[in-house]
Amino acid sequence: MEFFERFAVPHPSPAIYASMVAIGLVVIAIIAGLTYFKKWGYLWREWLTTVDHKRIGIMYLISALIMLFRGGVDAVMMRAQLSAPENTLLDAQHYNEIFTTHGVVMIIFMAMPFIFALMNIVVPLQIGARDVAFPRLNALSFWLFFMGAMLFNISFVVGGSPDAGWTSYFPLAGNDFSTSVGTNYYMLAIQISGIGSLMTGINMITTILRMRAPGMTLMKMPMFTWSTFIANVIIVFAFPVLTVALAMGTMDRLFGTQFFTMENGGMDMLWANLFWVWGHPEVYILILPAFGIYSEVISTFSRKNLYGYKSMVASMVVISLMSFLVWVHHFFTMGQGALTNSIFSITTMAIAVPTGVKIFNWLLTMYKGKITITTPMLYSLLFIPLFTLGGVTGVMLAMSAADYQYHNTMFLVAHFHNVIIPGVVFAMLAGLTYYWPKMFGFMLNEKIGKWTAWLLSIGFLLAFMPMYITGLDGQARRMYTYSEATGFGTLNMISFVGAIIMAVGFALIVYNVYYSTRYASRDISSDPWDARTLEWSTHNPVPEYNFAIVPEVKSSQALWDAKKEGHNLFKGKYEEIHMPNNSGAPFLMSVVFFIWGFAMIFSLWIPAIIATIGIFAFMAHRSFEQDHGHHISVKEIEETETKMRGAK
Amino acid sequence: MKMDHSLPLEYSTDQNKLNILGFWIFLGAEIMLFATLFASYFTLANRTGNGPTGAEIFEITPVLIETFLLLTSSFTIGLGIHAMRLGKQKAMLTFFSVTLLLGLAFLGVEIYEFVHYVHVGAGLQTSAFTSILLTTLGTHGAHVTLGLFWGLFIILQIKKRGLTPQTANKSFIFSLYWHFLDVVWIFIFSFIYLKGMM
Repeated sequence: MEFFERFAVPHPSPAIYASMVAIGLVVIAIIAGLTYFKKWGYLWREWLTTVDHKRIGIMYLISALIMLFRGGVDAVMMRAQLSAPENTLLDAQHYNEIFTTHGVVMIIFMAMPFIFALMNIVVPLQIGARDVAFPRLNALSFWLFFMGAMLFNISFVVGGSPDAGWTSYFPLAGNDFSTSVGTNYYMLAIQISGIGSLMTGINMITTILRMRAPGMTLMKMPMFTWSTFIANVIIVFAFPVLTVALAMGTMDRLFGTQFFTMENGGMDMLWANLFWVWGHPEVYILILPAFGIYSEVISTFSRKNLYGYKSMVASMVVISLMSFLVWVHHFFTMGQGALTNSIFSITTMAIAVPTGVKIFNWLLTMYKGKITITTPMLYSLLFIPLFTLGGVTGVMLAMSAADYQYHNTMFLVAHFHNVIIPGVVFAMLAGLTYYWPKMFGFMLNEKIGKWTAWLLSIGFLLAFMPMYITGLDGQARRMYTYSEATGFGTLNMISFVGAIIMAVGFALIVYNVYYSTRYASRDISSDPWDARTLEWSTHNPVPEYNFAIVPEVKSSQALWDAKKEGHNLFKGKYEEIHMPNNSGAPFLMSVVFFIWGFAMIFSLWIPAIIATIGIFAFMAHRSFEQDHGHHISVKEIEETETKMRGAK
Repeated sequence: MKMDHSLPLEYSTDQNKLNILGFWIFLGAEIMLFATLFASYFTLANRTGNGPTGAEIFEITPVLIETFLLLTSSFTIGLGIHAMRLGKQKAMLTFFSVTLLLGLAFLGVEIYEFVHYVHVGAGLQTSAFTSILLTTLGTHGAHVTLGLFWGLFIILQIKKRGLTPQTANKSFIFSLYWHFLDVVWIFIFSFIYLKGMM
């Protein structure tokens, strides 16, 4: 029995037992459903082995939405606990676990896959390519992310969740203070999905540099493609830092190394520095693609080309460079000295300048435009004032002397939610609505969509504005309760109400998907928004090969110019198309990674060694494999094209 | 498959060009990986706790042998790629085999070196300095080990399939990897060993 005791949750509660039962039932339901409807083969052939960027994008999207709800439940539990002084809904340990998993899930397993979803679906279409540069690697990236996410999520019911905060600072995260396996989960699950992110970075950069349609020079790329390119450059340079930091943290916990310990020369601040050298660029990895989505949406629904294209590109390049030069502002209070703090104060404030340039460009794009307020546009219009508010409080936090008042208070919590929710989440929801017809061939309901946008905005304001006030009054973050004498009770109750309203908003998204799947018209053109870029020039939903003929491009809004000037994007006749083959290897290899991670977390060395050998066996297999893909004949293309056109 | 015969075999197809560019970007990530390790090394180099310092444990002889072996292997793989460009399969395979043998010898000396460190009381758990020293060297050593297997697989494939656009592409990318490991070693030699011994 001793062997099995390690898998027990160290700090159980009825809620955790209930989730164990719920997880068990869901797994049984999924297996039973797949067997009953005979969908195992379909699942394997069409999804688990796919290398198609559109399907991989859809899988990222589904995972991101599921994780959004996992993280959202965490958030509501936290707000419920804090809604009244000296509340006993959660105890300190549960609260610690919940804020940790909320942070990790939302950043690593929700926001990242959401942007990867949109990148995967949109970028190859937007540049007129038939897939990404390395389709098989793309599938591996997805499955590594997915297995990392699953590994992280089972921590809740097997062995205990991490509880040292999403930043996992040492020495708190070391063995002395975090005795459960929770932090091992943190180190290894993020490591596995981080390897996937790095591969996506390499894949997207290569795709964008080498696979653009003829005529599309770098400065004629649509803005979302530009933002993806720059975000992926940041990924390639930032994620290896995380890889090393996590490896060192893992070794400290499992092999007794002395990197971040308190004796034998270990240095806990090294972790904080390495974490934020990755962590701050990570923020821009998330926000730049979001900016890209806003650029597309605002330009489309203002019926104008994007104002200041070159300055948009330049500001993103500047942001990408500066994102590596501001990390110390996350710990101004940890004793670097006045000179270091001043330098990082100034770089932090300076990064507001290129961001401001972008805000003005969006405003000027709308100026004198013919604005139609669709759901994606509504998100963009709500984004601008709300995000600016978050930006301004960011500049307040950037002042290192003043930061001694704000540090580790709810003011900071309010600030970063204020940039991430209107910045990233709204952009992802705008992108989801905007690209939904491209993915599934029908539109989401506009009325429900607008209700969602308003509910999320009002809920957001109610949930986070009070935190600015309680934060300035000294309410510390990550404290599971507070006394009545502090007077924080009312404002926290308002926050809780806001959180509930946001939860209703997110539930409406699910309802919208259900409602639109049932009732929305399938009779839409390939270009339902009257958009400007190439992804709207092919059919809805997109055929496997994306474009029957590779388009020729003259400007950054190729489709719009083609529509207005009446020239043909698709010259020439059909030719045989070469496409990559499906493969089960990425999925299976990621399963082995999952086993490896699990074995490492619980120090099960023999399974860990076997899994390591398994991973290398997959690499060896790939080296010897000869896979030349398959060809789609002209006849098949003609048949597909006729059918697609006939369906309209 | 479209082939461009004006270019060397390893660049001759579109996928080959993508592979090479993709690998260069991967090397960019690898530079960041080793840069992070070096930055951590410089931070922790003097934090020896109760353990030995670098000057106390470094031995110049094995390090010089390792340097000699790895630098020579970088030269021989360059000759191998040159032979490949001339279409001389046999010469190429010989140079690749020599490269891998030199790599194997390097690894042998490095393993001896690690045993020596543990023997003189500088194990992975001794101090922050020994932790980062062995991790940095070990990461490089693990890369070399992976390279030995990778190179061996490529040799086997060329023996079986001859010099095709695919095998040439793999060989070229492998040579980039091997040169990169050499460059990393030069930094390890200069900034860990020489600086540590001064």
